[in-house]
Amino acid sequence: MLEQIEGSQAVARAVGLSRPEVICAYPISPQTHIVEALSVAVKSGALEHCEFVNVESEFAALSVAIGASAAGARSYTATASQGLLYMIEAVYNAAGLGLPIVMTLANRAIGAPINIWNDHSDAMAVRDAGWIQLFAETNQDAADLHIYAFRLAEQLSVPVMVNMDGFILTHATERVDLPSQEQVDAFLPPYAPRTYLDPADPVSIGAMVGPEAFTEVRYLASLRQHEALSSIEQIDEEFGEVFGRRPCGFFSSYRMEDAEIVAVAMGSAVGTLKDAVDDMREQGVRVGALGLRTFRPFPADAIRSALSGSRSVLVFERAHSPGFGGQLSADIAATLRSVEPTVHSVVSGLGGRPVTRRSVASAIQASAKGELGLETFLDLDESLLKREVTELGTARRSSATGGAVAQIIESSGPQGAR
Amino acid sequence: MPFQPIKFYQTGSFVVGNRLLSEDQRSVQSSQARTNSLTLGHRACQGCGEALGARYALDAAMRASGNQMVVANATGCLEVFTTPFPETSWQIPWIHSLFGNSAAVGTGIAAALRSKGKQDIRVVAQAGDGGTVDIGFGPLSGMFERNDDVLFICYDNEAYMNTGVQRSGATPPAARTATTDAVGPHPGEDFGKGKNLPLIAMAHEIPYVATATVAELRDLEYKVEKAMSFHGARYIHVLVPCPLGWGSAPSDTIRLSRMAKETGLFPVFEAEGGEVTSVSKIRHRLPVEEYLRPQRRYQHLFRPQPDTQTIGRIQAIADKNISRFGLLNGEPK
Ligand SMILES: Cc1ncc(C[n+]2csc(CCOP(=O)(O)OP(=O)(O)O)c2C)c(N)n1
Ligand code: SF4
Ligand SMILES: [Mg+2]
Repeated sequence: MLEQIEGSQAVARAVGLSRPEVICAYPISPQTHIVEALSVAVKSGALEHCEFVNVESEFAALSVAIGASAAGARSYTATASQGLLYMIEAVYNAAGLGLPIVMTLANRAIGAPINIWNDHSDAMAVRDAGWIQLFAETNQDAADLHIYAFRLAEQLSVPVMVNMDGFILTHATERVDLPSQEQVDAFLPPYAPRTYLDPADPVSIGAMVGPEAFTEVRYLASLRQHEALSSIEQIDEEFGEVFGRRPCGFFSSYRMEDAEIVAVAMGSAVGTLKDAVDDMREQGVRVGALGLRTFRPFPADAIRSALSGSRSVLVFERAHSPGFGGQLSADIAATLRSVEPTVHSVVSGLGGRPVTRRSVASAIQASAKGELGLETFLDLDESLLKREVTELGTARRSSATGGAVAQIIESSGPQGAR
Repeated sequence: MPFQPIKFYQTGSFVVGNRLLSEDQRSVQSSQARTNSLTLGHRACQGCGEALGARYALDAAMRASGNQMVVANATGCLEVFTTPFPETSWQIPWIHSLFGNSAAVGTGIAAALRSKGKQDIRVVAQAGDGGTVDIGFGPLSGMFERNDDVLFICYDNEAYMNTGVQRSGATPPAARTATTDAVGPHPGEDFGKGKNLPLIAMAHEIPYVATATVAELRDLEYKVEKAMSFHGARYIHVLVPCPLGWGSAPSDTIRLSRMAKETGLFPVFEAEGGEVTSVSKIRHRLPVEEYLRPQRRYQHLFRPQPDTQTIGRIQAIADKNISRFGLLNGEPK
């Protein structure tokens, strides 16, 4: 049914429709509205046969989900940023144990400096943990991807992280078509694991594995991720049959037919990219957009064939690895090793800075003129930087965040941290 | 006519032989129906108190639950010596996730069972002292505070044994560990540090808290059975000597456990809802020196000559326990 609804509420409803059996969470902005809504659903009895556990930390949240999932229950949690880092040991553990937990990551920057707004640093910090990572472009995506994630996770015995941009999606009210319980039931059968902690058939889960078999365990995990690529296509098709739309796929393509320049992003910025593409097309620039939904496993073959006809690829990425560069562009560049296009990393939207249609268009324009560097920080405030550099020369000081950052903040006026 | 039951104790140990007891008083281990939850083939050191304690505790819990039980185990010796892939010594459903989260994993299992209406299956979570009082404390306190239906068992060998005997928050004063070495002006662990988890558990006012040692295994079984008769969060803290970490003879594991209790250094008691309900009295009070001397971790207290001052400070700890818990005759204070 079509509804005008906040992203978090839509996700909470989608999770509820997926009939979770254990939900556990620890509050952190911008994830809070999702878990608040779910706790109300459980406490009021609207969501039956489900336990909601208010835990004392994110480490416990995912650990509770691990225990619940190993005991055969469909388990869900949600977090963001600092919370994800606080649970990171359990993030790796859940994947290693092959537990089909679904987790929402309401993407948020990581401090210091503390910042509650959106970027993808959190998702990148666990990129190698062995979870499937999906990125929602819209709130319709976000709702659909959760239902989809339970199915995918349980089919493959791999945990799935659904990324949705903090605030930009979680707190935005949009039109979302929420499915009926009958539709969801038709798509998502009850969770029936092959092995779980069952007194009738005791198993030991989580044994210690030494050098003689660890490589093989990791190899099998990698195989399973590659298998996921075909499962994603197959489940996408089934989802389409039941709900009349395809939520996942590997990516969405926009005006890519004859594109010489392709703008790539994950998450809500994809919509902005599409708008900028329209603007630039009007000016005669042959540009298209690719919105990546499946980040792990990385659909390398599909990306290579989608991008191989282009001349340059602009990756608008909301994270940055200091001392190296953007993670997403690195993945894409590695994929394109054998084909032509130059990959440009456009670091954008860090810590909640808006990725605007105008800035995206300016980067595309620069690329069309052959003036875009291999790495660009979009909308960098040059005057702020200049002031910082001169002040550094005259005054030396240190602080909790390191002198440089503290000075940037101070010289640009007081900013509240939450 | 007044009836006086006759008790036959083994000399020195106060253990009553099973043969002399009626069927219903015999230990779980003496029964053919015991489950061997932790069975043979594991790789613990000779005389490992933890292996012994876990075996008794879990078989008793199995019997009390009608063999309907799931266990979550923290990283540590007990986990490592029981499950070297592809082998396992566990004959019960068992999971190891991480070092610091066994209580939370237990909470998760309990929540799963509740949501599925399978509350007849009981949950035990367990860890060494490090996985309990230090890194696992947050999730444990959370589990207590929410009164989750989990029995948590701490096997306390007073240090991080699995990683090579480093100091934990349960390491006693003056004990030598790899990170509180017997060097410098104050050899061994400092006085005035460490935490008493049974008392902290009681402060959560959970239904049941108990301490036990592997010297009195029937008492351990009794306490596990008692704990299983409650629902909600329960805590049992078992002292389990570690020959490797303590520098003691494997054959002394039981003797040292008994001495820990008989000196007053390790009070053995039960508590319900935050109140002490029973204490195991000291039967033959021993000076702490007799407990310390056979352990190499306290060797620096005796060589080159006895450090009477430090030994006196340890004795004072024992004396304080004795009066606080009423371990001799008299009421707890
Ligand atoms: C997060 C984390 N930190 C440290 C370790 C290393 N580690 C594994 S077992 C262990 C010590 C366990 O001590 P304890 O809980 O007392 O159990 P014991 O081995 O003494 O029975 C340590 C420090 C780890 N596995 N994980
Ligand atoms: S080191 Fe200690 S706790 Fe570990 S197996 Fe050996 S005796 Fe047992
Ligand atoms: Mg220990």
